[in-house]
Amino acid sequence: MAAPQFEVPKLTGYIDVPAIKPGASAHVKSFPAAAPIQEAIGFPGQLVDDWHDKAIAKMGDLLGRYRSLQVFMDACVHCGACTDKCHYFIGTADPKNMPVARQELMRKVYRRHFTFAGKYFPSLVGAIDLTKEVLDDWYSYYYQCSECRRCSVYCPYGIDTAEVTMAGREILDTVGIGQKYTNEIMGKLHRIGNNLGLPGPALEDTLQGLEEDIFDATGVPVKLPLDLEGAEIMLVTPSADFFSEPHVESLIGYAKVFHAAGVKWTLSSKASEAGNFGMFIGSYENMRRAAMRIRDAALDLGVKRIVVGECGHAWRVAYSFWNTLTGVGHGGNDPFARQLQQQLDPNYPAPQHICEYTHDLIQQGKLKFDKSLNDHRVITFHDSCNVARGSRMGDIPGGQFTIPRDIIRAVASNFHDMQEGTIHEATFCCGGGGGLLTDDLMEVRVKGALPRMEALNNVVQEKQVNFLALICAICKAQFTKVVPYYGFDMSMVGGVHQLVSTAIQLEVPEDAGEETEATDD
Amino acid sequence: MSFLTVLFACMFYAAAAMLVVGLIIKIRCYARTPAPLKIPTTPAPTTFIGVRLRMLREVTMFESLFKSNKWIWLFGFMFHVSLLLVTLRHLRYFTEPVWFWVDMVQPFGIYAGFAMVAGLSGLWARRFLVDRVRYISTPSDHLMLALLVAIGLTGLGMKFVAHTDIVAVKAFILGLMVFDLQPMPADPVLLVHLTLVAVLMAIFPISKLLHAPGIFFSPTRNQIDDSRDRRHLSPWAAKLESGAQTSPDA
Ligand code: SF4
Ligand code: SF4
Repeated sequence: MAAPQFEVPKLTGYIDVPAIKPGASAHVKSFPAAAPIQEAIGFPGQLVDDWHDKAIAKMGDLLGRYRSLQVFMDACVHCGACTDKCHYFIGTADPKNMPVARQELMRKVYRRHFTFAGKYFPSLVGAIDLTKEVLDDWYSYYYQCSECRRCSVYCPYGIDTAEVTMAGREILDTVGIGQKYTNEIMGKLHRIGNNLGLPGPALEDTLQGLEEDIFDATGVPVKLPLDLEGAEIMLVTPSADFFSEPHVESLIGYAKVFHAAGVKWTLSSKASEAGNFGMFIGSYENMRRAAMRIRDAALDLGVKRIVVGECGHAWRVAYSFWNTLTGVGHGGNDPFARQLQQQLDPNYPAPQHICEYTHDLIQQGKLKFDKSLNDHRVITFHDSCNVARGSRMGDIPGGQFTIPRDIIRAVASNFHDMQEGTIHEATFCCGGGGGLLTDDLMEVRVKGALPRMEALNNVVQEKQVNFLALICAICKAQFTKVVPYYGFDMSMVGGVHQLVSTAIQLEVPEDAGEETEATDD
Repeated sequence: MSFLTVLFACMFYAAAAMLVVGLIIKIRCYARTPAPLKIPTTPAPTTFIGVRLRMLREVTMFESLFKSNKWIWLFGFMFHVSLLLVTLRHLRYFTEPVWFWVDMVQPFGIYAGFAMVAGLSGLWARRFLVDRVRYISTPSDHLMLALLVAIGLTGLGMKFVAHTDIVAVKAFILGLMVFDLQPMPADPVLLVHLTLVAVLMAIFPISKLLHAPGIFFSPTRNQIDDSRDRRHLSPWAAKLESGAQTSPDA
């Protein structure tokens, strides 16, 4: 960890609402995307000449296509209920990071161009023209929002700043201003099939290596099949699971669960990425194009079920949008949807979260665990924002909170929740979601993690927690980088299926070696 | 017929027209704009009835606001409930004979007048006292509060300080409703009160008062969480699928 160029907030034991400091994080701007990156995903390479008119036209287009944006632009009463709800405001004190102020960046322009009051009485209602400075502000602050939707829980009208941020980014992209990190990854996903840009053969090597590692550690021939036609289940997981630590430990966990269930499953080289940054930039077209890979892979391989690995935004896209975008789901009665849905097993939800899958097996008593193998861990669980507020698991609302916790309790003995107001629907984003997981935004990432770090620190102090269990690739990467700034050890960060992997008991074949314990450490 | 009577009659017809036409335009716009993706803020109800109940709790109890901030909830709730009672109380000017339950509301309506002004004052105070709310307040936010407070105070003034001829007012209003103009009493407090109400009606569809219809159309609150079981497809998204066109603006 390099010495930070900014002041890391001190942990006080309380999540304090700061006094506003205008401009406090105005200087934090992520690197803009170069022309080839922009063009690869269908946007102009640099700021277009008629950017003003194009931006306003795009805003009009989005207002006509998204009811959310239209209603949210009109309905805000400036009540202030959301002002203290954003982790980026809590961490930076910059008032433009208050959700309502972030919306206002766009609303001011909306009023000027699309409302009677703003056209004729601009200063009265706070309407302004779209200038280059305004666009700059948009770029700064729409990339200081992780689209976590915490604000939408607390707004009396459900105004979701994430929708405004997405629209803002889409308008910026349309006039040629994109963010390098997100758009580069978007392009890689289209070109190669995953965010890491990992081609098929490399993936195959990696999986083989993992099989060997698992065999060496457990003596059990757990397989990680790739492109296995006729498999029952296709697992779509964030590509970070193939390479990054601690992500890969969860991948091993999924493989062990599938092995224990005795199911024929496969990964796909075409659908080697669950993540979909198209959502982050509000681009329906890009999001749909990326999601089509999953549909195509499912059709190619003839799988009956699609299971999604530990990834927050990917699960939101999968759970909430796949059925719409690509027909991965049930209940479609058009030819496009039926083509795939006839093939999918109606007895299981489509798509299904890996936690739902594991949880079901635990309920049925099909998995055996030795909890004591996790006894060295004192665990807490961080609800990922996109899972908590943008999706569900299981049959009843809130299953996304109970199911991962049930799994943890089934595989480990020491579990403690963090304080109320920081978990479940009130959870704080890790600080790195929504396209912010890039080093050029380290300052807001560290500061935005503050409320989560406070809550974590409290359970570390009171309950000696030493393991932060996650179900999101971005959370894992973000916390691994950020917890050291607050004095924690990065090895405390891990996945829920890492815990499963540690405790699960697999049958060792007769002819295998003497090792009997399944363990990941 | 006095100039005043004609003036106020015209003003109210105009204000009512702006309110109704403006709201129809806006509501039609909200209703016609597609919601292409499922974005309920979860945990969300998985059934239609559940969504109706969620909406009912939002509209009658301000559920989300209660979770959010107890002060804003208190003042906001106080204001809105009082406004409702006061409005119901005012129905006596529109009905002859007065409906029995409107009669029953009368005493509550009076106290509600005070509570309404108190609630508004609380909300207004926050715009000065809380730095975050001060930062986001625009002149129109202050004017809106001023308008509502002034309506409340002039109303209370006529009840407790300088009584106005309510029999004549009622005759005027009943006349308005059937396009049979009756003389408008020339009481200055009354004139101010009614003018402000007309202003409120006129600006309703072009101001943040749109939160009232808006909440019913808010996709994060009115959508059912059933995305895996039902395919949700907006017309423009369906077009993408049939390959007809890539994007409406392309
Ligand atoms: S969506 Fe999350 S990050 Fe964005 S403004 Fe709301 S609370 Fe902040
Ligand atoms: S809570 Fe909703 S209505 Fe209130 S200021 Fe925030 S966005 Fe506006």
